[in-house]
Amino acid sequence: MSEIDPKLLRDIIMDHYQYPRNHELTNEEGYLSKHMASDSCIDDITVQVKLDQDTIQDVRFDGEACTISTASTSIMSELVKGKTTQEAKEIIQNYFSMIDQKEYDEDLLEEAVAFQNVGKQANRINCATIGWKALRDMIKESEGQS
Amino acid sequence: METEKIRKDFPILSRTMSGHPLIYFDNGATTLKPQPVIDAVVNYYTYLGANAHRGDYEMSAQVDSAYEGARKKTANYLNASCPEEIIFNSGSSEGLNQVALMLTQQMLEPGDVILSDESEHASSVLPWMHACKEHNYTLEYIPLDNEGKITVENFKKALHPKVKVVCLAQVSNVLGFTAPIKEIVRLAHEQGALVVVDGAQSTPHLPIDVQDLDVDFFVFSAHKMCGPTGVGVLYGKKSLLDQLEPIFYGGESNARFNRCGSLILKDTPLKYESGTQPIEGVLGLSAAIDYIESIGKENIHAYEMELKRYFIEKGKQLGNIHFYNENAESGICTFNVFDNGQMIPSQDVASYLNTKGIAVRSGTHCAKMLVDVLQVPGTCRASFYFYNTKDEIDRLIEALKEATLENCINIFF
Repeated sequence: MSEIDPKLLRDIIMDHYQYPRNHELTNEEGYLSKHMASDSCIDDITVQVKLDQDTIQDVRFDGEACTISTASTSIMSELVKGKTTQEAKEIIQNYFSMIDQKEYDEDLLEEAVAFQNVGKQANRINCATIGWKALRDMIKESEGQS
Repeated sequence: METEKIRKDFPILSRTMSGHPLIYFDNGATTLKPQPVIDAVVNYYTYLGANAHRGDYEMSAQVDSAYEGARKKTANYLNASCPEEIIFNSGSSEGLNQVALMLTQQMLEPGDVILSDESEHASSVLPWMHACKEHNYTLEYIPLDNEGKITVENFKKALHPKVKVVCLAQVSNVLGFTAPIKEIVRLAHEQGALVVVDGAQSTPHLPIDVQDLDVDFFVFSAHKMCGPTGVGVLYGKKSLLDQLEPIFYGGESNARFNRCGSLILKDTPLKYESGTQPIEGVLGLSAAIDYIESIGKENIHAYEMELKRYFIEKGKQLGNIHFYNENAESGICTFNVFDNGQMIPSQDVASYLNTKGIAVRSGTHCAKMLVDVLQVPGTCRASFYFYNTKDEIDRLIEALKEATLENCINIFF
């Protein structure tokens, strides 16, 4: 569990909710796209990823979403951009471990540690993971094709 | 309304949520259960025990008497013309699916139109949408007015000779508006169309008289009126129920059958109750009807309106709340909270209220088409029932006063 000042973590979420990064979809070719509609809340987002061989060149998202899903997807998009799919998979795996209150590597997650307590509101775990699941699935699909 | 006395009947009201005394404002989703309903369910398992309509022994006869007594009581509750018009099932969703399947498979002709509206709950519109895909029927929508409600004028515009079924809720689960069912039924019948009414949100709060409304089918769920989950009622006019054939077949609904496929069904309503019914649920529903009638629906409705007006008056004074259904005559209050002019996502508000021990619903409330009408992705819904109090609303107001975006995110730390 991180010892970072909760106020700082809250500000990270606020900032990514109010000014989400990579928050625009594109019609450019070469992007994988995944639509995620939560069955339990309003979250209805689309995540796009552009892969060049094994490198994540770009991640974008948009849609209707609450604070937690917007901020968590925004943070994810910054975190994995430029990483290899292998590195991204490790980050995603550590993020899910953190959400599940298991051991995780804090250094890999950078700003995403802001969601370390999201499980306090059990019904919001979906919100914190919806965009991450979309990326995980798209990486898995891309590997299936190669 | 003797609220303090009533609240003592609900053991769950003594529990806490997130470390605070529970304030339950999600009565549109389901209601809490009073002791007499809990006792009726427990009594079935601790004393009655047997199946209905099957045994040649005293226990079974006692179950039959209680079960059929519940049917008579339910018939009186809806003012049905006879107990045979009451079919017990798992709830409103099953009832609406049963009717949609029976009518689309047995009565409608290709090209026929089913009329519904965009404020409907998934349960009253999806069965028809599905049936329209399978058969050559069309689903059309009654236009809603600018408040999101159904008016007689708009119904007249939408009605035409190809409309053979009208299916709509008496009270909308999101906005709480009451549809003018009696006038709609009269107009629909003039055109030869049947009317199916979803009474899930009306039956717990308003006096219901199916004969006066002249509806052809009417459904409700026990759990939204202090009864058990998993049990509800399909009312149908006897002539229609006699004419139609059931969707489900099995034990208890048939009188005779043989290997050649010859089948004699039991008479209405038993031909519609295949398999062992939720007997404890039916007996619990019976106790819930007694409980609600002891308070009186007129009193319940008047008190809910008093709570709603109180909440809206106080909520408007806060300046950060927008209400979507001020004029709806029901205990359903639909709103969003704003922080510096920016709407806070409804789910963030609901999660924040949870930390104060307050249960409200957020999102689209199963009426996903209404999003386009209201032009917001979701709303918060506080829905009141007779055991709620003004003190509880005061606590909701106190919480909403501090419902800033920052505080909604603070709950995670």
